Amino acid sequence: MSEIAVMNGNFAAATAARLARPEVIAAYPITPQTPVVEYLTQFAAEGNLGSKMSEVESEHSAMSILSGASMAGARCYTATSSQGLALMYEPYFRASTLRLPIVMNIVNREMISPQSVWGGPQDSLTLRDAGWLQIYVEDNQEILDTTIQAFRIAEDQRVLLPINVCYDGFYLSHMTERVEVPTQAQVDGFLPPYIAKHQILDPARPMAIDPLTSGYLVMEYRKKHMAAQAAALGVLAEVDREYESLTGRSWGGAIASYRMEDAEYAVVTMGSVTGACREMIDEKRSRGIRVGLVKIRCLRPFPREAVMRALSTVKGFGVIDRNVSFGWNHGIVYQEVKAALYGADRIVPSVPFIGGLGGEDITMDLVSTACDTMIEAVDAGKTIHEAVWLWSPRKGVKL
Amino acid sequence: MKEIRLHGRGGMGTVKAAEIIVNAKVIAGGYGNSIPFFGFERQGAPVTSFVRLDEKPIRPKTQVYSPDCVIVLDPTLRKAVDVFEGLKDGGCLIINAEPGSTIESLDLVPSVGSVAMVDATGLAIRRLGKPITNTAMLGAFIKGTGWVDLDAVAAKVEEFWGKANADLLREAYDATVVLQLR
Repeated sequence: MSEIAVMNGNFAAATAARLARPEVIAAYPITPQTPVVEYLTQFAAEGNLGSKMSEVESEHSAMSILSGASMAGARCYTATSSQGLALMYEPYFRASTLRLPIVMNIVNREMISPQSVWGGPQDSLTLRDAGWLQIYVEDNQEILDTTIQAFRIAEDQRVLLPINVCYDGFYLSHMTERVEVPTQAQVDGFLPPYIAKHQILDPARPMAIDPLTSGYLVMEYRKKHMAAQAAALGVLAEVDREYESLTGRSWGGAIASYRMEDAEYAVVTMGSVTGACREMIDEKRSRGIRVGLVKIRCLRPFPREAVMRALSTVKGFGVIDRNVSFGWNHGIVYQEVKAALYGADRIVPSVPFIGGLGGEDITMDLVSTACDTMIEAVDAGKTIHEAVWLWSPRKGVKL
Repeated sequence: MKEIRLHGRGGMGTVKAAEIIVNAKVIAGGYGNSIPFFGFERQGAPVTSFVRLDEKPIRPKTQVYSPDCVIVLDPTLRKAVDVFEGLKDGGCLIINAEPGSTIESLDLVPSVGSVAMVDATGLAIRRLGKPITNTAMLGAFIKGTGWVDLDAVAAKVEEFWGKANADLLREAYDATVVLQLR
């Protein structure tokens, strides 16, 4: 039933958006997201996109248009990258606190300066506390599957929150590989039309939305928003199971573990570096080293209990971050994982790694070295508090 | 798994050629991925693209550092780029060679195990009126390695760029000279 195609990550995202039948799309092109907009306009020109497609003059306008459209009850989609996301920050926050189930792919690109157009999830990770759900994926099939699922998760009445499906610029956005594409009928059965129930812009039924609100009520809104974030974990798992029964593919929900059953050590990853790490884990295992992998898919809500459970039996772990948390001297995912483990029965050694910034490659050699470094520190019972930097040997000036 | 690195110049269709190789492999029931290396690219500047081919899903989404095969779309690139960097011992070189080129004139390194050469620039100018060598070099690649099917690639080339390019592909396949060096 499904079609086997060959496509890059941006085409996978655009195809997922088309299959989800959003009523309104508003987007502004920015490298490396630009082809998503080109593909969608191409679908529209060919008569294969039923959406109202709004060509806007900025990302701020894109999110503002979608906020209005979502309040009027439309299913909404957009995509952006880095500086575009930064320009969108004001309506970005408002879309989540207004509980608008907008789906947005973020094609992860390094934040400037220095000027860079290449990959790195610093853009979306920096906005992790703005109330959106955020999922990070490792290949083009996962981009397509997760973007389709994102509409179901966001629009679920237990959630009603906007969602980002984030994928690495160039390493996925411009990487071409085999992707199975479900049929329109399959997606239609999985994803019924969105019917807004909580706030509706309708001239026939006037309604005040977002009036000046006292702190007491703001606290109540935030508490409910947090409860909705927590509920999204269960919905994500449900949606994953249902999608698996439809297509045969499960992505594991909030986290995905690989060869963790009897693992003594773990490497924690997020995004496109995961595939190289899976390969590396197999190589270490073939030499009798009991190491496994935990991939963080869902960063918001953070799957605290699942991460704690997955890492509960290892002697220690390392986290590979393609981003920085200024002031902590390590990456953001490391910080998140460590926070989740505060409630664990015991504290085990861990090592933070930073690599692959600004599109630098995180090579097989680098992930293998990272694993060896982690094992050495763990065996010595030592936590390393400042990031170990994964430098590629080929060029560059080490500061 | 087979790993391939393509060297071209901006505007030659290097990235698209890599994607067509992946397409042909997937049509045959296999797996492939291609990742372009985007530098500060512009028309005429060196462009690199990486391809992996296998019978099972390919997990690494990284660049290729030790290719089994290197494809050089423009002979003048030899002056700008070390196209042999990391080539596996016994690896295969697919090269756009000026008419009259010989093994000696190609100035190879010892790791090269076989060479497939064709005057892709000349063929492309005659067929297309411009030195866009990607389809001709795909023909040479197929002749030199046999890793993907000529008809599958021809169908994809025709779909993307029309019949003249598909004809060029087949002409280049026939014209390519393959030399085993060991």
